Amino acid sequence: MSLENLTQDWSRYRNGIEEGGFHNYEHRWGMAIDLNACIGCNACSTACYAENNLAVVGKERFSKGHYMHWMRIERYWDEDQAKAEFPDQGANFLPMLCQQCGAAPCEPVCPVAATYHTPDGLNAQVYNRCIGSRYCSNNCPYRVRYFNFWSYPESAWPAPLNLQLNPDITVRDKGVMEKCTFCVQRIRVAKDTAKMENRKIKDGEFTTACAQACPTSAIHFGDLMDAESAVTKLWAKHQVKRHDDEGLPVSTQHKQNPALRGYRVLEELNTDPSVMYLERVREELA
Amino acid sequence: MKETELHHDKDIREDLAWSQINSDIMKSLENPRRGFWYTVIGCLVLLAIGITAEVLQYMYGMGRSKNHPHMWNLYIATFIFWIGMSHSGTLLSAILHIVHADWRKPIYRFAEAMTTFSLMTALLFPVIHLGRLWNFYWVIPYVPARGTWPNFRSPLSWDGFAIMTYLTSSALFLYIGMLPDLAIARDNTTGWRKKLYSTLSLGWYGSDRQWRIFRKAYMLMAIFLIPLAVSVHSIVSSDFAMSIMPGWHVTTFPPYFVSGALYSGCAAIVTLFILLRYYFRWEEYMTLAILEKICKLTFAIAMVWTYLNLVEFASVWYGHDIYGKEVLWAKMTGAYAPVFWSMMFFGSVLPFTLAFRKLRRHIPTMMTVSILLNVGMWLERWMIISPTLSQSFYPWSWDVMWPTLTSWGIVLGSFGWFGLLFLTFVKIFPSVSMYEVKEMVYHRRLASEKAQAERRNTGGAQPAFSLSMRKEDGS
Repeated sequence: MSLENLTQDWSRYRNGIEEGGFHNYEHRWGMAIDLNACIGCNACSTACYAENNLAVVGKERFSKGHYMHWMRIERYWDEDQAKAEFPDQGANFLPMLCQQCGAAPCEPVCPVAATYHTPDGLNAQVYNRCIGSRYCSNNCPYRVRYFNFWSYPESAWPAPLNLQLNPDITVRDKGVMEKCTFCVQRIRVAKDTAKMENRKIKDGEFTTACAQACPTSAIHFGDLMDAESAVTKLWAKHQVKRHDDEGLPVSTQHKQNPALRGYRVLEELNTDPSVMYLERVREELA
Repeated sequence: MKETELHHDKDIREDLAWSQINSDIMKSLENPRRGFWYTVIGCLVLLAIGITAEVLQYMYGMGRSKNHPHMWNLYIATFIFWIGMSHSGTLLSAILHIVHADWRKPIYRFAEAMTTFSLMTALLFPVIHLGRLWNFYWVIPYVPARGTWPNFRSPLSWDGFAIMTYLTSSALFLYIGMLPDLAIARDNTTGWRKKLYSTLSLGWYGSDRQWRIFRKAYMLMAIFLIPLAVSVHSIVSSDFAMSIMPGWHVTTFPPYFVSGALYSGCAAIVTLFILLRYYFRWEEYMTLAILEKICKLTFAIAMVWTYLNLVEFASVWYGHDIYGKEVLWAKMTGAYAPVFWSMMFFGSVLPFTLAFRKLRRHIPTMMTVSILLNVGMWLERWMIISPTLSQSFYPWSWDVMWPTLTSWGIVLGSFGWFGLLFLTFVKIFPSVSMYEVKEMVYHRRLASEKAQAERRNTGGAQPAFSLSMRKEDGS
């Protein structure tokens, strides 16, 4: 290796650090979740369990924190709700799944590079490479990575539930980390089909299990690199921008109009999430 | 005992005959007090508990000891604790060696052994805490069939390199420093010991050339080890400082970790000092004057640690990071508050007992205090890990977790493992450096002869005893 090579490599490395994140995306799968439409019915979560063969851990293990729900519905109450007539009612829902960050904190910390960034804009998790150090989960600000604390073989699904297991899904045994993949198996099928038919993937050609199951169509899924996709238009409408878009170095909404509802969770951490949420609009309590 | 009280101001008696030093130290290989064997049994019990817990965890899964936000908890806390403990061996054997502190000579050998064995204990934890520990070697950069490297950006893989380097060098340093003593052991034993020491002493016969090369090698290793020791714990601290979590992402972590490491290591040296002194009846060598010196050192480091703690609190408090501030506040007032305040008490208030001469010279007090200081330092490591995991950025995942029996079992087992390694070492190898104690005695003798001569010249008072001892043994 010549000295020139070395210095070139070094400057590429330096620039890579300064620009941060991943570039040259083929696709950038993203979401827009409309909290105005979300009714907290958990259909997305259920669909995710069915699609991705997630283990149902049972009440006891769930309460110990051994849950495996890649998609979860979080409930938040306003402070003045406690004084209301029905304090348990009127929750705000937040469907939370892996945000597939553009600059993901989970990726650099994995000692064996079991989690990495794909040219599709996904944080891929290679189960077979994972040794279970759980560093990624510790460094995930959204806490959306789930660890296989126990073994869930096929027999863990009592018959006839074992018949609904999805054959397209990789098996995970105890000791590995797993998380939402944006239904990568569906992405693969769509890409392969498009390639065979020698065309580009059409917007809305396929969607994730959660988006498919949502009764109020609160979840929109699509390619953020496709200027014509519904998701891109939603992002643009709410002036939420990806970091690599227009070379924005820091997390800036560039939102001119504060009435716009789009935001990304914990954006100040510079993680560049691929999921945009649309704030819920509520009437003022008299 | 009476003898030591008589000469309580001296690090060591200058009239010790060299043959007596040899025989006193070699005796440790034969007949320790019964307490030694009781400790061995205790360690075996602890190790059995640890192995049982590990087998259970291996068979059924990590769910026996962890839950969702608390992915690290006790194992990594105990890992930092053991890594930290290893630092003082290097402090005593390398740093004090190059600054020519004579008083380190009778005690550095076991401190260096402590370094090696606590590193070996620490190494267990990153492996035990893995979900798939049978694949731990994937962190090592070898070229596997799949052509994948470990992730060089991850602080966990830096940990692997740093610890392995430190372990290799400190074991080598321990061994090099032992060469002349192994030769003495070879000349004074029979049977399997003779064979063992003959092989290990590498044909040492004490020629001038050998001594010259030996001194150079030893000094070189000492100089090499000092930056290594500092960097190892800095790298361990970057497991946390390099993450983005509130309470971990702290710039002062490397010095904070290093000072904490030296602190717990010094306290552990005090504990082991007292134990060895008792097991092998080494009151002549491990004198109260030396104990006092380590205690003073521990006190100084305790104050550095306290200061760095306060710096960390202040910078979090006055910084505008609400997440970090909330984690700090939760530490002080939340579910872990009793643990946090015990840590502050054991780590910052208790060391003031070391400031009093009477207490420093009282063996039972020092034994208790040194153990409690280490309890405090262990709690510190736990308080670095758990509060952040229990209350990070995302309120949905806030959760307080107390360790399960399985994880306690493995933590206890690690103490048994360390104890067994250490006790085996002190029973097989001379754990006080004979040649350096001779050196020390010789230095003292020269100094006192010089003082005597000066007194004679100036017509001062007569010394309390005459010094007729001369070199008796050449090895």
